Amino acid sequence: MGDITEVRFHSRGGQGGATAAKILGMAAFFDGKYSTSLAVYGAERRGAAIISGTRISDTEVKRYSNLRSPDYIVIIDPVLVEIADVTAGASENTIFLINNRGECPPALEDYRLYAVDVTSISLDLGLTVAGTPVLNTPMLGALAKLGLVKQTSLKRAIKKIYSDPRNIKAAEIAYERVVRVQNLQYTLAASEELEEEAYEELEAEGAI
Amino acid sequence: MMTTQTELEKDRGLFVTGCEAAARAVLVAKPSVIAAYPITPQTEIVEKLSRFIGEERHDCQYIAVESEHSALAACIGAASCGARTFTATSSHGLLYMAEMVHWAAIGRLPIVMANANRALGSGWNIWADHLDSLSMRDSGWLQFYTSTVQEVYDTILIAFRAAENEDVMLPAMVCLDGFLLTHINQPLHLIDEKRYQEEFLDEIRIPHALNFDAPHTLGTLVVPTDNYKIQHNRKVSMDLVKDVIKDAEAEFLRLFGREYHPVMEYRTDNAEVLIVAMGTLAKEAEDAIDMLRFRGVKAGLLQLRQFRPFPDEIVDIISGSKAEKVVIIDRDYSGGCGGIIAQEIKARLYDAGVMKEIVNVIAGLGGQDITAEDITKMVETEGGEFWWGI
Repeated sequence: MGDITEVRFHSRGGQGGATAAKILGMAAFFDGKYSTSLAVYGAERRGAAIISGTRISDTEVKRYSNLRSPDYIVIIDPVLVEIADVTAGASENTIFLINNRGECPPALEDYRLYAVDVTSISLDLGLTVAGTPVLNTPMLGALAKLGLVKQTSLKRAIKKIYSDPRNIKAAEIAYERVVRVQNLQYTLAASEELEEEAYEELEAEGAI
Repeated sequence: MMTTQTELEKDRGLFVTGCEAAARAVLVAKPSVIAAYPITPQTEIVEKLSRFIGEERHDCQYIAVESEHSALAACIGAASCGARTFTATSSHGLLYMAEMVHWAAIGRLPIVMANANRALGSGWNIWADHLDSLSMRDSGWLQFYTSTVQEVYDTILIAFRAAENEDVMLPAMVCLDGFLLTHINQPLHLIDEKRYQEEFLDEIRIPHALNFDAPHTLGTLVVPTDNYKIQHNRKVSMDLVKDVIKDAEAEFLRLFGREYHPVMEYRTDNAEVLIVAMGTLAKEAEDAIDMLRFRGVKAGLLQLRQFRPFPDEIVDIISGSKAEKVVIIDRDYSGGCGGIIAQEIKARLYDAGVMKEIVNVIAGLGGQDITAEDITKMVETEGGEFWWGI
């Protein structure tokens, strides 16, 4: 029984939330980790609020029960913040990643929040299905930036599932564009902030 | 037993659902006839099979029938002609084919079926529950219950060999928990197909199959002076298959490196309390055992992988253990009679003259969410029948 990293996705039926959970699990598997991915099934259909999840660990994941205390919560459709219980089980350590291009929702103000506008990324690339932008693959690109899986493993997993190479491109762009949100304000680019954090950690360890 | 994921990836590792694992196992066993009807949460198994066959990855007759009753009837017809056959179903689909379920076993046809365990209505519920297949426990099929995507794949491969053994000739049902296992994605390690086909599974030979060279008929009137003898023959085979399954599991370990037994023990050394569970609950329970052991409670787990024939060794393990308390988790309820696994174990403990405190926890019905933490609390419950969450 090792430590398990839990990731929960909130999406709408048709936005690829269940597939996102699968791709993430596969990427972790390519990283050499053990992983499982699942979706919570009910009377789900296109447009309904969907929950899916991935568990990642260095040892065999033996859990089948619902995710209880996610380490990451990924909100693919920002409107779900108002209609779904997206903060269920969240703690101060939980990292939120939201698809966002306007003001960030106040409900997430007190959490560690990252944002990336994947809707625009996919629209700019013309990466659409039946006229709607593909959101799941760029969101995964942003997740890779937050250190969950290696970018190379993610790209390899995306390739296994989707043949359109623009999915990879969208993930790469989102990887670069994800930002930290504090006090509802976009702050440093995530990359700079993460570098700062890494520096502080090294400093604390006396390595610098 | 578990290889690391990096090894898996190098060695043809996949990351797939339980449904896909079932379909891939079937492709390796190469049945010549598959007849099936889709039903949630089993649908992906037959979807995948029909796609694989459509892509000509496997030379097989796929019959898209109009009902589950017809699905099994078609398999019975094909097996009666000597064919290796496969079907898959779930819940109400299994009950709808019930007449044929008994017919296949009494007719000694080694059909293999995957059943996605799902609750029964009224009050539609599509989630995990073992009552569908357990209600077929008296039909004479071999029954296996699996706990991981890998185990689904391996058990189907083992089931074909056990069912088709010339002294057995009985159908086999491989069960996987609806959604929990049918829809979860996990790593899957594929076996060497050629080795399986050449060294593990012989060509099918059903001795009583219809044959132009020696014409005979099947399923005619069997009068009272003969019927009981036929039924007794089935008992003889059911007794015999216990060793056939163990032999197949040992051979599977030798050729493919993964170990299975009718009852899988987990940390039972010096256990003071034993938990018995079946399906995915047994895997989740392994984490519960680790948590209990960490807290100083000497708990151990028995995963019941085989329900029919019922494995004798579970009684030997329980009677040989110094544990005075046995917590039996049933993801089923037999009206007015408690959990079915608990009934079976208690009856056999009586025969063996073993007296232990038995707690029967009814848990996980209709997809009720049961966590490892919940399972740790089950060891604190006391004798009798206990409904989780009530």
